Amino acid sequence: MTPALELRAVGMTFGGLKALSAFDLSLQAGELVGLIGPNGAGKTTAFNAVTGVYAPTEGEVLVGGERVNGLRPYQICVRGVARTFQNIRLFRELSALDNVRVACHAGAKSGFFDALFLTPHHRAEERRILGRADEYLAVMGLSHRRDELSRNLPYGEQRRLEIARALATGPRVLCLDEPAAGMNASEKVELMALIRSIRDRFGIAVLVIEHDMRLVMGVSERVVVLDHGVTIAHGTPEEVRRDPRVIEAYLGDAYLEERQIELPPGSSVSPTRGASFPATITAAAPSPNRAAATRLRFE
Amino acid sequence: MTTAPGRAAGVLLGFLPFAVALAALAVLQPLLPPTATIVLINVGVNVVLAVSLNVVNGFTGQFSLGHAGFMAVGAYTSAKITLAFADVQLAFLPEAVSDQLVFAVALAASMAVTGLAGFVVGMPSLRLRGDYLAIVTLGFGEIIRSIIENVAWLGGALGLSGLPRRTNVVWIGISAVATVIMARRLAGSTQGRALFAIREDEVAAEAMGVDTTGYKVRAFAISAAYAGLAGALSAHLIQLATPGSYGFIRSMEVVVMVVLGGLGSITGSVIAAALLTISLEGLRGFQEYRMVVYALLLVVLMLTRPQGILGSRELWDLWRRPRPPANPPLASTGEDGNGEGAA
Repeated sequence: MTPALELRAVGMTFGGLKALSAFDLSLQAGELVGLIGPNGAGKTTAFNAVTGVYAPTEGEVLVGGERVNGLRPYQICVRGVARTFQNIRLFRELSALDNVRVACHAGAKSGFFDALFLTPHHRAEERRILGRADEYLAVMGLSHRRDELSRNLPYGEQRRLEIARALATGPRVLCLDEPAAGMNASEKVELMALIRSIRDRFGIAVLVIEHDMRLVMGVSERVVVLDHGVTIAHGTPEEVRRDPRVIEAYLGDAYLEERQIELPPGSSVSPTRGASFPATITAAAPSPNRAAATRLRFE
Repeated sequence: MTTAPGRAAGVLLGFLPFAVALAALAVLQPLLPPTATIVLINVGVNVVLAVSLNVVNGFTGQFSLGHAGFMAVGAYTSAKITLAFADVQLAFLPEAVSDQLVFAVALAASMAVTGLAGFVVGMPSLRLRGDYLAIVTLGFGEIIRSIIENVAWLGGALGLSGLPRRTNVVWIGISAVATVIMARRLAGSTQGRALFAIREDEVAAEAMGVDTTGYKVRAFAISAAYAGLAGALSAHLIQLATPGSYGFIRSMEVVVMVVLGGLGSITGSVIAAALLTISLEGLRGFQEYRMVVYALLLVVLMLTRPQGILGSRELWDLWRRPRPPANPPLASTGEDGNGEGAA
């Protein structure tokens, strides 16, 4: 079966900085995959390469088997990739309903002149869009906010409205960029259930970027871990949780040493890190004060 | 909204406002005194200009300063046509009808040509945004004006004179109604919502499948076409088309009307256009201080009501009650029981 989304050796270079290299990922319909990694690991870069904000400098992005490299974001959206944003980007002065209705626009056939002359075709389409938008609002439990301006919605509902809007584009793949950012523990639990139910209900592939390990481990079937643009681990949450390279990336090598965890032989992690960091920090790394170096990295 | 209207009913509804306006204006025209007619026509021209500019500046959030340039294109296109057909009379029609028919063709042609001009200008300039777009559109407006000034066929700096006087209250009324209806229908359609989305957040709009560049250019072309209509109408009122009347100041006047009425508000633009035109007319007595008073009016309004007269609301919103939340066909997933049922 053709994967809903497939990335083949995708690389992204900004000037001299390699933000993402040889990134492979394949999502089947109905799969829920988490993408994690420390700050600056390249998660959002990977996202932007998928959604067309950047054209990847290397490799291929395929949506439903079709190559989408270098297409504009709206074209990729029409082909079935929808996204939410890390920092909420709703249409603030539009009502919740209109936010969703904009997203229903993707498949609209009627043009400007249909709108000007109110052709029957246009009216039928408007009715269809209205029905769909109401449906998605209901799915996300936002029907009671229908006519309210989206900027007046509470934070959690704004996040849900963003998801409703993304769903309304009729995607094969839903990309959620840190959906739990700024939520408290109970809201996160609710969100996890919601993400699952969306996947089950619409049968679409979901790719979640998350900082919060607990959320991502709890919700995803597979987890990909990035660090400095390199995929350092890939597997079920359980496997990834125990992977020394992941622990090292998140907690630093001082932690590994303390717990006497061995890095697997041939691990490419440390050289990469050395190469991409300024000389001063590399020089500091072997010094006894490793904790300080680690702290630096976490900023 | 309407419950399954038939095809015929839909078409009827589409043309209803025009039919009503036509009848009302035809009755009104002979009753008006000449001075009132001229003021009314000027109001109409400015309504067309302001409402059409609002589609770009208010709906789409792109700041255009070149509206007068498009007026010029419309004025000259229609002037060329009416001058060419000045002595031609369609044999099978009475003279008055034949003249009006030629004028109607001229108006349609000027809209088409100006729309095309808007498309051509919009393609390169709408890659920019904000201040940069304003400067580029300003530049294009001036380019159009200087081209006209230097082409002998278009009468050079003297312009084209001796145009027949065709613009009357009926034409202007129909045009103003057509512009308002266009804007209103656009605002209520999926295309209009795409424009609003571009105004609110271009990155998000693009990610939601809106072809932002395409929609910006289309909005720009539509807006330009109506500016051309306004240009054609005003040229056939003063019976003259000179490049001097389509300068930066004219563009600025229209921008002022849009901002004053409230960016994005159609009725706001109408009110502001009427208010400014009539007050400028009223200030004709002390000609020298006209612009001073005008400027003061703007300063005071912006200090007291920076969002414009109506903000982003519409007059018709004032007496429309908010609709009760509809019960959608699909039930909620029930993850959070706090939502539904609050009818």
